[in-house]
Amino acid sequence: MRVPLSWLREYVDLPATETGRDVQAKLVAAGLEVETVEQLGAGLKGPLVVGKVLTIEELEGFKKPIRFCTVDVGTANGTGEPQEIVCGARNFAVGDKVVVVLPGAVLPGDFAIAARKTYGKTSHGMICSGDELGMGDSTAMGGDGIIVLPPEHEAGTDAIELLELVDEVLDIAVTPDRGYCLSMRGVARETATAYGLPLRDPALLDVPAPNSFGYPVRISDPAGCDRFTARTVTGLRPDARSPLWLMRRLQKAGMRPISLTVDIANYVMLELGQPLHTYDRSRVQGAIGVRRAEQGEKFTTLDGAQRVLGAEDLVITDERGPIGLAGVMGGANTEIADTVVAASDSFGGSDEAQATTDVVIEAAHFDPVAVARTARRHKLYSEAAKRFERGVDPQAASAAAQRTVDLLVLLAGGTAEAGVTEVIAPSAPHTISMPADHPDKVAGVAYGRETVVRRLQEVGCDVYGQDSLTVTVPSWRPDLAEINDLAEEVIRLEGYENLPSTLPKPPAGRGLTGRQRLHRRVGRALAGAGYVEAPNYPFVAEQVFDQLGLDADDPNRRVVKLVNPLSDEEPALRTTLLPGLLATLRRNDGRGSHDLALFETGLVFHPGSGETAPAATPPVDRRPTDEELAALDATLPEQPRHVAVVLTGAREQAGWWGKGRPSDWADAVESARTVAREAGAELIVQQGQYGPWHPGRCAELSVYLESAEAPEGAEGADSAEGADGSRGGIISVGHAGELHPRVIKAFGLPARTCAMELNLDVLAEAGEGALRAPRISTFPVATQDVALVVDQDVPAAVVEAFLRDGAGELLEGIRLFDVFTGEQLGAGKKSLAYALRFRAADRTLTVEEASAARDAAVARAAEVTGAVLRGA
Amino acid sequence: MSAPNKSYDPVEVEALKPEEIERMRDEALAAFAAAADLDQLQEAKTAHTGGTSPLALANREIGALPPQAKADAGKRVGMARGAVNKALAARQSELEAERDARVLVEEAVDVSLPHDRVPAGARHPLTTLSERIEDIFVAMGYAVAEGPEVEAEWFNFDALNIGPDHPARGEQDTFFVQGGKAADAEDSGVVLRTHTSPVQIRSLIDREPPVYVICPGRVYRTDELDATHTPVFHQVELLAVDEGLTMADLKGTLDHMVQELFGGEGMKTRLRPNFFPFTEPSAEMDMVCYVCRGESVGNPDRPCRTCSSEGWIELGGCGMVNPKVLTACGVDPEKYSGFAFGFGIERMLMFRHNVEDMRDMVEGDVRFTRPFGMEI
Repeated sequence: MRVPLSWLREYVDLPATETGRDVQAKLVAAGLEVETVEQLGAGLKGPLVVGKVLTIEELEGFKKPIRFCTVDVGTANGTGEPQEIVCGARNFAVGDKVVVVLPGAVLPGDFAIAARKTYGKTSHGMICSGDELGMGDSTAMGGDGIIVLPPEHEAGTDAIELLELVDEVLDIAVTPDRGYCLSMRGVARETATAYGLPLRDPALLDVPAPNSFGYPVRISDPAGCDRFTARTVTGLRPDARSPLWLMRRLQKAGMRPISLTVDIANYVMLELGQPLHTYDRSRVQGAIGVRRAEQGEKFTTLDGAQRVLGAEDLVITDERGPIGLAGVMGGANTEIADTVVAASDSFGGSDEAQATTDVVIEAAHFDPVAVARTARRHKLYSEAAKRFERGVDPQAASAAAQRTVDLLVLLAGGTAEAGVTEVIAPSAPHTISMPADHPDKVAGVAYGRETVVRRLQEVGCDVYGQDSLTVTVPSWRPDLAEINDLAEEVIRLEGYENLPSTLPKPPAGRGLTGRQRLHRRVGRALAGAGYVEAPNYPFVAEQVFDQLGLDADDPNRRVVKLVNPLSDEEPALRTTLLPGLLATLRRNDGRGSHDLALFETGLVFHPGSGETAPAATPPVDRRPTDEELAALDATLPEQPRHVAVVLTGAREQAGWWGKGRPSDWADAVESARTVAREAGAELIVQQGQYGPWHPGRCAELSVYLESAEAPEGAEGADSAEGADGSRGGIISVGHAGELHPRVIKAFGLPARTCAMELNLDVLAEAGEGALRAPRISTFPVATQDVALVVDQDVPAAVVEAFLRDGAGELLEGIRLFDVFTGEQLGAGKKSLAYALRFRAADRTLTVEEASAARDAAVARAAEVTGAVLRGA
Repeated sequence: MSAPNKSYDPVEVEALKPEEIERMRDEALAAFAAAADLDQLQEAKTAHTGGTSPLALANREIGALPPQAKADAGKRVGMARGAVNKALAARQSELEAERDARVLVEEAVDVSLPHDRVPAGARHPLTTLSERIEDIFVAMGYAVAEGPEVEAEWFNFDALNIGPDHPARGEQDTFFVQGGKAADAEDSGVVLRTHTSPVQIRSLIDREPPVYVICPGRVYRTDELDATHTPVFHQVELLAVDEGLTMADLKGTLDHMVQELFGGEGMKTRLRPNFFPFTEPSAEMDMVCYVCRGESVGNPDRPCRTCSSEGWIELGGCGMVNPKVLTACGVDPEKYSGFAFGFGIERMLMFRHNVEDMRDMVEGDVRFTRPFGMEI
């Protein structure tokens, strides 16, 4: 809502010194969001006067038509002689009244005017357009060209005053609860209260009593329309134009002047907040009705669009059918015709016979929900709909109709007919019972009953009672429905800024949960290992799964999709963190950072079982039942938290210390171990194969999970007997390694880019439980090295597992310290060199004991993997 | 070697003359002193204390002397040898010390050499700022609550007093999630949450009052990414429901938060009336500009870029939990009241750390993130 300060002063006697900024501060404190105070005509300096065009000479030979004019500016130029002015606009004729800026003047935007030579003439000033004067949309004052004023204004008259060019406009973002502030009346009321000044209520008008000979109106849906006032005015002068003050107020309020009848309706709406509609009486046939539309009924609105109506749409009808979408927009079939506009639009082809002379004025009150739904369904967010949706004062309808009648009589020479139609569905004012100290309890301030009552009265409430107040809310405040609404009125008028500052005392807390601590630890551990966190948007294209090389039936191809994605290219939600991370890796690489290690933790989304039928929406007047809650949750996708890393370039940089080391598959696997270590889970690393990864350099990462029964969405689980005999399983939690060259190509990544991705939720579950402290022996260690020759394709992890198995309890630790291949081993062989550390809890081991344990270890590994002790 | 000769006069054995022994001793001492390094000292040692050194040879002569002379000579030679050995040891340790010192000097390095072998990693500042805020409230006894990002509309809207026809529902720029019947998909009843408020609802439903929770998380609105907007952003919301909570408690909690986050004197918040469906009364919250602390207001000599010399920075929305919200969660509004607030982490990061472009927080450029390190 744009509120010109000059207009506001009509209703509240603000001190003359009060600026727009001052009023802004007061209104902001009272809860109106005044976003800006626009300074109209800032820097404007005359002379700027009314001029009468005396002569026009068309200058030839220029790229565009140019006119050399003489203009009578009265004595404003000091001489009284005609002013010679060059003008490029063409929408005026000899005798027209125009706005002339004379040399020495300054227009808004620091535009200084001086006599200047142009097109071979000297132009002593300028004939102005609305734009140049900062007036807003001035189409009705002369189209795209200069302003043509009504003829009654004298040449030489100061146009700054005439056009009220200097003003301040408060732009207020009206919150949905304050529909009444979408009017001057409402803002004036708030201003009056904020300043403690009386309000001149523009809705306090003498209105004739309704009678039986007004225009017939039949309401067949009183729930949708609980009030309808109809008035008629006849004999409107077809040539009547909106006076300047009216057009200027509309412009300042952000509306476009159109024609007198329409302008008056808009003006009254701005003033009182009541949307109005005027019908050309000659085009309305029979009684006006209000009903719900028939499903599929067609109707053309004022904007020329044909609309197919739904059974919920509320329509205004005459005996032929719809003539308006109630509270939203009128129909083309009963539109007001205006000769002035028609004439200028068609250059003389005006059709006098069509000019509207008699009108029916509608001032009605419609159901906010019905209007809101219709507006949304037809995407017609009109000024009227905006107001009805937020609540219009039903009591203002007859005053608004009266105001419209008065202005049509005054400005268009019309005659008000005596018939007054008012159809009103009976309703009682809304009353609320509230303990007098409720605002005190909400605020934490002792206001006292007297203050509470006074403040509520200022809002417009009738208040009775002592400890328990009975509050009747004013008709323009439908938002005041509950006791907390009333408390807010009291507290805001007493000033939010005066609230004290106290701290509540919550019961002792438990701190972060284990999961929350883990998520932080994972982030720190990866950052500590050199990874930089890069959270990415979850939006992906489905083609990304082709790029990742996923099989056609890969569960990760099943995605949750958006109805209204930002980009049609990316309608899906991610099932893996890789696409986002890889895009970020590529972006960084493109920006010149070539050695990269990135990580992300975040949710991925897997559609549920396919049963995603919408759950019935539970009511809000009670807690939903557990069944209702379960049904709601069942509509949601699975949303596990994943962690992923991507790497490229050097993991260790070259420098004065020597050579660097490129990141490789092993770093990716190590990052998974880092995460697993934080989770306290034992990670099982096996040779794997999965779409995005290099088939020979892909580790499948798994954990043992007691509860594992192949949960939904997991990449597959092998059931197994747990160590303690309980059922459980090895469950895959992700993959790590070097990316497949095809994937690297598809994503445009640097060669040998590596990646890891894990389901952090499953990992966390696997790591739950307290660690048992190890027993530390202080007896000396006995170390034994062995080198085992195995086939190339025997995984080191398997060899190690069986070495451990064979070594028995004396084995304290084992470490692979060398992997060697060479001709002397024979083709397809490799040598694995292990250091074994033996120690007993209760004695110093003899060499024989240690050797025996080593031999047992080797024997076990040899038995299972075919390992041969090197040099044996 | 000759046998003891009893008739010998000691003075007649040249080598055992006292002055001769002194000379040998002095020569040895001089040689040690002259040794410039341990090698030379080793030569001198061999020459003057070895088996063929003059003193050693002299020592052999002693046996041939008569008893009295033998004792005298023995004593003289012994003393000389003692002095020589002592001098040798002294010089030895002197030269060793010199050598050790020289080695340490030679081993000196340029400690200013860079060592960026494995460049440092970092956590994203949005993560760490969020944690920082969580920690302030965890220290006060609040719990951190989390919830799904794809959320049922009932949690995201209905339970928050944003009914199907509420004007605010249309203003939320919501991403709708397709349902099973994809054609008429807006009816799936599922959205990307537009705020973390549904987590408040879940907390109220899951827990018995008193409830004190802080709800951080990612939220979604259909804004295109530009310098000041991002469709995916982060919020922190707080909810307190207990007996007798007031707006003054809300104000105090906000004041405490900005004091913890921005530190020091004069940090406080201001409430301005506003409207949110889920709170009543509702307020917009501002904090004192942490840079100028309000000093720039009306002071053109000291303009403040952070707050545009307004003195206040807009933080977010807050209010007393609407009793309808409590009712929808099964909490008795006659018995309990509550307050809530929420704000965007991106915005706070922007003004707390002078981030000028939203895209810097979104694009994952390591040059932006790395300096933020582990904590913020």
